[in-house]
Amino acid sequence: MSFINYASREINCKIVYYGPGLCGKTTNLQYIFNKTAEESKGKMISLATETERTLFFDFLPLALGDIRGFKTRFHLYTVPGQVFYDASRKLILKGVDGVVFVADSQEERLDANIESLENLKDNLDEQGFDIEKIPFVIQYNKRDLPNVTPLDELSRLLNERKVPELEASAMTGEGVFETLKAVAKLVLNDLKKGG
Amino acid sequence: MIGPQSSLVMYEEEYQQIVVLLEKLLQESNSKVIFLVDKNGQLIAASGETANLDTTSLASLTAGNIAATGGLAKLIGEKEFSILFHEGEKDNIHISIVGGRVILVVIFDERSSLGLVRLRVKKTSMELASVFEELAFRSEQESKSADSVSPFAEITDDDIDNLFN
Ligand SMILES: Nc1nc2c(ncn2[C@@H]2O[C@H](COP(=O)(O)OP(=O)(O)OP(=O)(O)O)[C@@H](O)[C@H]2O)c(=O)[nH]1
Ligand SMILES: [Mg+2]
Repeated sequence: MSFINYASREINCKIVYYGPGLCGKTTNLQYIFNKTAEESKGKMISLATETERTLFFDFLPLALGDIRGFKTRFHLYTVPGQVFYDASRKLILKGVDGVVFVADSQEERLDANIESLENLKDNLDEQGFDIEKIPFVIQYNKRDLPNVTPLDELSRLLNERKVPELEASAMTGEGVFETLKAVAKLVLNDLKKGG
Repeated sequence: MIGPQSSLVMYEEEYQQIVVLLEKLLQESNSKVIFLVDKNGQLIAASGETANLDTTSLASLTAGNIAATGGLAKLIGEKEFSILFHEGEKDNIHISIVGGRVILVVIFDERSSLGLVRLRVKKTSMELASVFEELAFRSEQESKSADSVSPFAEITDDDIDNLFN
């Protein structure tokens, strides 16, 4: 749910990175944080376990620039991907404006991707979102690894809605900003229709 | 009711009313900082000694805190916990839900007390709730009225591309 503030002339949008455990959601945010100029970002907050697994969420506020005299701010969140953190995932989806599904391209994670995507659909539905309409992009991450599922197969299995899909390697940063840009575009276009 | 997909909209006039209420609460409760956060973690307004505070992070964590305790509440059959209080060595945080939708956060030290903060928050909450009611009504009217033009109706792909340059 975007927040349009006429008093401070700002638009705030919430984007959630979703996906199975260890698919690279936190790595996406870390890369964005590292590559963003000081004046355009706030602190990155990671509520994580001692082994660096996301426990509740990561949060990164970005101020991208102006559109039509409004400061555009994006609040990026990741969910904890491990299956048993479902209650937390539901909370983080509240008020979301756009979703990035980060898939782990490794063959052995195919089932985990499908399961996580089903879980996303259930949780969005439970929050009253229209799964067919919410701004949504898919990132096929870890393309740098040798044992990856071919793209067309991933696309066939995960991208029923034919939303924008991108290849990435979050560790090196390849495709990370392209993904953010793709979802931001959908969110802002949505604002244009709905506002 | 505001559905999950509709935007929260803040107008200059209501914003000023909110700021006045927060300033008054700050003084009457002898507190250090007060801020108001949307349940989704967006900062709406702040007053007091905010200069050295990362209010964006505070807003997001506050919302996460309310969301998590709200989840706990449901598990034990409560609707929500409408007040949270965290006591520190010097500073304390009092968090409460206003009008079911926004979160009021008061940070105070030994110059004030939990009793005083509670009392003042109660009064201000009612006043804030009525401002937010008006706001919801107004944004609904504006979105219905045919001649209201969204400032974003004219956004082009170029505008969006420029954001990332
Ligand atoms: N080779 C390779 N490794 C990656 C890539 N992206 C992330 N990783 C690694 O995968 C591991 C997990 O990454 P995280 O970003 O913590 O995963 P996550 O999705 O946040 O995991 P949870 O918090 O448990 O949901 C880390 O060791 C990363 O370095 C990638 O593109 N390529
Ligand atoms: Mg993580």
